[in-house]
Amino acid sequence: MSARQWGRDLGMGMRFAFAGGREGWIRALLTAVGVGLGVALLLLTTALPGALAERHRREEARLDYTFGEPVEHRADNTLVIARTDTGFGDRDVRGRLVEAEGAKAPLPPGLREFPAAGDMVVSPALRELLDSEGGTLLRERLPYDIVGTIGEQGLIGSQELAYYAGGKDLAERVGNAAAERIDSFGNPDPTEEKTDPVLVLLVLVVFVVLLMPVAVFIAAAVRFGGERRDRRLAALRLVGSDGGMTRRIAAGEALGGALLGLVFGTGFFLAGRELAASFEVFDVSVFPSYLNPSPLLALLVAVAVPAAAVLVTLFALRGVVIEPLGVVRTARPARRRLWWRLLLPLAGIVMLAPMLGQGRENGEFNGYLVTGGVICLLVGVTALLPWVVETVVARLGSGSVSWQLAVRRLQLSSGAAARMVNGIAVAVAGAIALQMLFAGVEGDYTTDTGLDVSRAQMQVRVPDGTELAAATAKLEGTKGVRKVRALSEGYLGDRPWRKNPERSAELTIGDCAALREVARFPSCEDGDVFSLRGGEYDTDTPSLSRPGQKLYLEQGTVDGKAEDVVWTLPKTLKEAESVEDPTGTKRGGFLMTPGAVPADVAKSVRGELYLSVDDSVPYAREYVRNAAAAIDPLAAPMTWSATERTDRFDAIRTGLFVGATAVLVLIGASLLVSQLEQLRERRKLLSALVAFGTRRRTLSLSVLWQTAIPIGLGLLLASVVGVSLGAVLLKMTATPVGVDWPSVLRMTGMGAGVVLVVTLLSLPPLVRMMRPDGLRTE
Amino acid sequence: MTAPVPPGSLLTARDLRKVYGPTTALDGAGFSIHPGEVVAVMGPSGSGKSTLLHCLAGIVTPDSGSITYDGREVTAMSDAERSALRRSEFGFVFQFGQLVPELTCVENVALPLRLNGTPRKEAERAASTWMERLEVDDVRKKRPGEVSGGQGQRVAVARALVTNPRVIFADEPTGALDSLNGERVMELLTEAARSANAAVVLVTHEARVAAYSDREIVVRDGRSRDMERVV
Amino acid sequence: MSIGHTLLGLLESGPRHGYDLKRAFDEKFGHDRPLHYGQVYSTMSRLLKNGLVEVDGIEAGGGPERKRYAITEAGITDVERWLATPEKPEPYLQSTLYTKVVLALLTSRDAADILDTQRSEHLRGMRILTDRKRKGDLADQLICDHALFHLEADLRWLELTAARLDKLRAAVTR
Repeated sequence: MSARQWGRDLGMGMRFAFAGGREGWIRALLTAVGVGLGVALLLLTTALPGALAERHRREEARLDYTFGEPVEHRADNTLVIARTDTGFGDRDVRGRLVEAEGAKAPLPPGLREFPAAGDMVVSPALRELLDSEGGTLLRERLPYDIVGTIGEQGLIGSQELAYYAGGKDLAERVGNAAAERIDSFGNPDPTEEKTDPVLVLLVLVVFVVLLMPVAVFIAAAVRFGGERRDRRLAALRLVGSDGGMTRRIAAGEALGGALLGLVFGTGFFLAGRELAASFEVFDVSVFPSYLNPSPLLALLVAVAVPAAAVLVTLFALRGVVIEPLGVVRTARPARRRLWWRLLLPLAGIVMLAPMLGQGRENGEFNGYLVTGGVICLLVGVTALLPWVVETVVARLGSGSVSWQLAVRRLQLSSGAAARMVNGIAVAVAGAIALQMLFAGVEGDYTTDTGLDVSRAQMQVRVPDGTELAAATAKLEGTKGVRKVRALSEGYLGDRPWRKNPERSAELTIGDCAALREVARFPSCEDGDVFSLRGGEYDTDTPSLSRPGQKLYLEQGTVDGKAEDVVWTLPKTLKEAESVEDPTGTKRGGFLMTPGAVPADVAKSVRGELYLSVDDSVPYAREYVRNAAAAIDPLAAPMTWSATERTDRFDAIRTGLFVGATAVLVLIGASLLVSQLEQLRERRKLLSALVAFGTRRRTLSLSVLWQTAIPIGLGLLLASVVGVSLGAVLLKMTATPVGVDWPSVLRMTGMGAGVVLVVTLLSLPPLVRMMRPDGLRTE
Repeated sequence: MTAPVPPGSLLTARDLRKVYGPTTALDGAGFSIHPGEVVAVMGPSGSGKSTLLHCLAGIVTPDSGSITYDGREVTAMSDAERSALRRSEFGFVFQFGQLVPELTCVENVALPLRLNGTPRKEAERAASTWMERLEVDDVRKKRPGEVSGGQGQRVAVARALVTNPRVIFADEPTGALDSLNGERVMELLTEAARSANAAVVLVTHEARVAAYSDREIVVRDGRSRDMERVV
Repeated sequence: MSIGHTLLGLLESGPRHGYDLKRAFDEKFGHDRPLHYGQVYSTMSRLLKNGLVEVDGIEAGGGPERKRYAITEAGITDVERWLATPEKPEPYLQSTLYTKVVLALLTSRDAADILDTQRSEHLRGMRILTDRKRKGDLADQLICDHALFHLEADLRWLELTAARLDKLRAAVTR
């Protein structure tokens, strides 16, 4: 068989794909849209690693820490920068105050010039927020004039809220944790993000789980309009083409659709890329320029998709003999056999088995085995499902007319039904496994913050030297604040700090009510000093608790030239029992009431305000943040939560949610398309049934059953395979196996929801097709 | 041609008008049939004879005009009422595309009874009886795709008769059959209908099929002509 | 087939000479069997005798072919009646039917009516045959079928003619 002959036949098929009038066009278009959506998702997937790397690169490039030795002296090339991060609602706002100290001061990425004091440069998203109705409260907090926009280089996502404002006299604050002097931005040693094996495993599985249904979907898409195509092929046989030619022509048709699909896919991807910029999911947004598929992977997609289309078509035609007078499906297809269908999932388990119990300590998982194993298990679903559907449907008795119509139809063509739901079954099985894996390892990646959110819900850290009483009063007067507990904190050594003290202890200053948050004591009045007992990691307090003992307060500034602040312990020293403070730690050292505090000590301690907030007041937290900013822009308000996850984990989970949603929508669309095609082929029959008085409800119900039965079976099988795969994966990560039933239910529910939506959407066309017009022969 | 309802008429239509987009399918057509009567509706293709049948059967609503069935005005009925009427009082035979390919023949015949709520066993028993009368009881367990055209059409006739309808609407019932099979189907259909005192509205363009009728009306350009009254 | 009615019909569009009538008849109906002059004269004198035509004028030279005939009221009524009466359904009557249709078109009558009437008549015949066939033995069936098929052929020809009336009208009134 010459290559030219092949080319000629394929070419003829491609012409058929687009010729053939309106019907032909619609079919080619459907195939192309299906393949196109798949290609777009594939391209997105290939672009994702690059996008994450680019985000990481930009994040590193704008880091403003002093790495290694601090820059101590003001110079021509130094900049003082203060962190003024805040939050608005549940979104984070990255804020910086900058003050250049010389002409060569480093400019932050994305800025063309430094904003003058009182001006600010904002990200596009922040500008939009500030201009909007909802941004009024934030506007109050940022009393700067907007003079420019931060360029893309200075942002990690299109929806990031960020600003750089010009500061004044920031140099005085250097040494406070909030302000630093730097001579360059960025990490001098850019890091590769170090990922742990379990995370890599998760990412790998997420990708496979998302791509498998897409593959199944593409396979289904190239078979759109199969019956009509078969008739056309038969006509070709009649005019003299041989079996091989017919097959190649059929493959050519699929190829035509797939090639158009590639074009569509590129279009969808580019459109989606632009669209992606306007979305923010779980605090992650991207710039279109992030999403550049690697050329090699893109080329692979461009070759693999059309090739797959051809192979699938040839595979689908294997049991079909196209005769000149019609299509003969090899008699009644032999009863589906179970054994080889079971081989696939078994092979998957065999591939994964060697890694059972490996956990995170024993190095990387073998990526090929993981991918192969997961693919085998998921493909196993598509192999098992037709058998399950056939076996179960053959045993279904008949009930109502709608049930009978549906069951009989399924009995006659259970393969087609199974094919329709394969995609959803695979997606759900994969998602269930992933959910289990996530739920299982979630504990490992979620750290308990130890914060006691029942006692305080917000904390405001004010810079050293802030007048604490005034700050407390201001916050207490703020709308939505129930109670403020002000505690100043310092650190004491037994010698001046430049002489390296040997013993040290914490110092906490507050009124009696505030001190009761950290310790238990029988009595308290202003002027009292307490020595704490029972503090964690506290060894020195008892030995330092001698009346007359001189203690030296640690100084915030780094230059070491500040005068010593010395405090002599008073004669009467009361004892107090340390209790867990709102941050969840038991502190040690000394407690002072305001009356006992020497003036120089008061200036050098850092104030912490613990706030109890009435969340029933709308925007209570925003008022607090605004009040804090009014006290000092460098004051750092924090909202407490009981736990926090590592960000890396969040990103993966986000990816899964976004991907699973996209895949289900995609599959839903394909379900709808094939459903409609099926209905169109039965138009005449539907009209005849309506003519002799069949209720529309009966027909609608039968359409629902017809989808619901295979979907139900598919979801059941998906749950079994998904839970098994999840269990295997958990075993691999050495995590106790537990089935996360709510998420199993949620995933199957999502699958079922898709079916319901598809059925609902296909009802209006169904009703239209049931009109008697279908009886007209013209 | 507006005329009063003829005495004893089961189904009467007067002055029907129906427009599909730019085409006028019916333009003042009338019709009347008595119980037990077989009336052929003839006319060239595109003349509106199928549309007339669809209107008479309550499948489509005419744009204007009236249809009286057994003293009731069909055009005034809701869709559900007309569906119920078709289920219980009417039977249908079409040229093709009417048997549900997934159901066995006996299930197909039983379908109208099942739609009316008859239990499956009982419905299939009645269906079997009718299939015997139409000489197709040997294909009861087969699917429509596995039987010949003549057998399939007889199955369709059995289905039309199974509810003991008062009017049977047959639209080119022999259109896809050879003469021998076509005649057999017509013989069985008209005999069964006459013995049940059911009326048959028979749309056909074939004279030999129309010869099984008692009289014919001709539809031309959307207007009907009752030949009995003219001659 | 009635030559008398046909000639009468031809006269309806206006008085004609005998030889005119023959030429018109031959042109429209007698493609393979032209009329003899004698046939025309004898028919015309019978019609004259029955008062269905009258002599409108005689040209100088006086032969019978020089007479000009015109149709009378009675003649018009006679044509009318003839056209409206369906032919007895029997094989090979299409020449008569054809003549009737063409005459109807020539005289601006409704040709479709003629076809409908004829079809009805045919169907009546076919019903009788069908009925006999149903009750008879195999021999009866075969004989009836033969007749039925012939009648059906006629009817199909009628349908075809009906479908082509517009074309035919254009052709005969040209």
